[in-house]
Amino acid sequence: MLRLRRLLVTLVLLAAVAFGGFYVLTDPRIVSPSPEIGTLPAPDLENGKLLFAAGGCASCHATPNQDDKLRLGGGLALGSPFGTFHAPNISPHTRDGIGNWGVKDFVDAMAAGVSPAGQHYYPAFPYTSYRLMPPKALADLFAYIRTLSPVEGRAADHVLAFPFNIRRVVGGWKLLFFEGASFKPDPTKSEEWNRGAYLVNGPGHCAECHSDRNALGAIVQATRLAGGPDPEGRGWVPNITQAPDALGKWSKEEIAELLKTGFTPSFDSVGGTMAAVVRNTAQLPEADRLAMAEYLKSLPAVQGPARPAARAAN
Amino acid sequence: MIRTIAVAAVLGLGITAVLAQSDPITERRNTMKAVGAGSRDGAAIAKGEAPFEAAKAQAIAKAYVDAAKKMPGLYPDSSKTGGETTAAPKIWEDQAGFKAAFAKFETDAAAIGTAADVAGFRTAFGNATKNCGSCHEVYRIKK
Repeated sequence: MLRLRRLLVTLVLLAAVAFGGFYVLTDPRIVSPSPEIGTLPAPDLENGKLLFAAGGCASCHATPNQDDKLRLGGGLALGSPFGTFHAPNISPHTRDGIGNWGVKDFVDAMAAGVSPAGQHYYPAFPYTSYRLMPPKALADLFAYIRTLSPVEGRAADHVLAFPFNIRRVVGGWKLLFFEGASFKPDPTKSEEWNRGAYLVNGPGHCAECHSDRNALGAIVQATRLAGGPDPEGRGWVPNITQAPDALGKWSKEEIAELLKTGFTPSFDSVGGTMAAVVRNTAQLPEADRLAMAEYLKSLPAVQGPARPAARAAN
Repeated sequence: MIRTIAVAAVLGLGITAVLAQSDPITERRNTMKAVGAGSRDGAAIAKGEAPFEAAKAQAIAKAYVDAAKKMPGLYPDSSKTGGETTAAPKIWEDQAGFKAAFAKFETDAAAIGTAADVAGFRTAFGNATKNCGSCHEVYRIKK
């Protein structure tokens, strides 16, 4: 009897320690601490505008079914295996958007995936990539967004299955998959290559769609950028590594051309959400598109996951 | 002998054509390839890599207009999936919008044929090819 009681007490204690451990480890401030901002110069609105285009902010946050891509009222539904996310209002509206935010709030959101209220954001918002932007760049982007029109109204809540509907669970996800450092240039590579690596992996967040994901929705690093099933559940996202049937035979100029006009070397025109991406990359300086192409040309040839044959036939 | 081969060849071509007609997915892919070929020629002119010629502009316009007329009829309900199609379900959900998109493309494409010089060509070609992305964005899935 005494033995059984001791066992029970031990189990309860262990459970308490495990829960406490989980609770501490998944704390937004512990698993994804705030980046050091320091003193920043006056914001560069031109750079902010460029990053806004490179980051494709409008593609998700512009109010759907109207033409003004700078009305960031949110509401777009983003399907996923975990449920439906709704892009929030990020216009400078003080009540419904981010009009009351300070630079620190914006940097925390973009680089640590933490809201001003101290909650985790879901990685459907690609802070996993955006975190590569240093605080200075994020401050520029924030200043630019603040010049846009405030839009009234809030987007619908996310509709997620248990346990994904508990934001704290994202803390466990971050523990496993999130790295919070900003971009570190590789001094052995050219300035152009580093600019391209920054744009592709940071603001451009190309890998977020062009990579396969594991059961928990994290990018499978071994096949990063090698394509995979569309996370929204329709079609297939192409491999953009240097595999022979991917971009291996494309020239740097051809890749830059696609990012400008949407045309492939065989004069096919890209569709789906890539059409919106091209609208954004078309606004970048030609040198930036070439830098992205320079970086993509330097990637190894990686075979992506096999396309299910039955998918095409049924 | 030569005649036999010729007849066989003609028959073969005929059969291929019939097969293509009976398979809307193959036919729309071939139609779009013709559009792509026109875009290749047009881009070369617009970029100044090839000289502007009225006849070439008219040929590009014709390839586009023919495709714009033909395409909306190549999407029977039986062709929603199969082969290598990247047709989005939206085509069947929004037939009116889909047809309107091709009507707009046809109008914009016809203007390429009336271009008198390279500047006019560049404008008309630019307007017409804007339809590629805007239509693919809505009516085509990723591939």
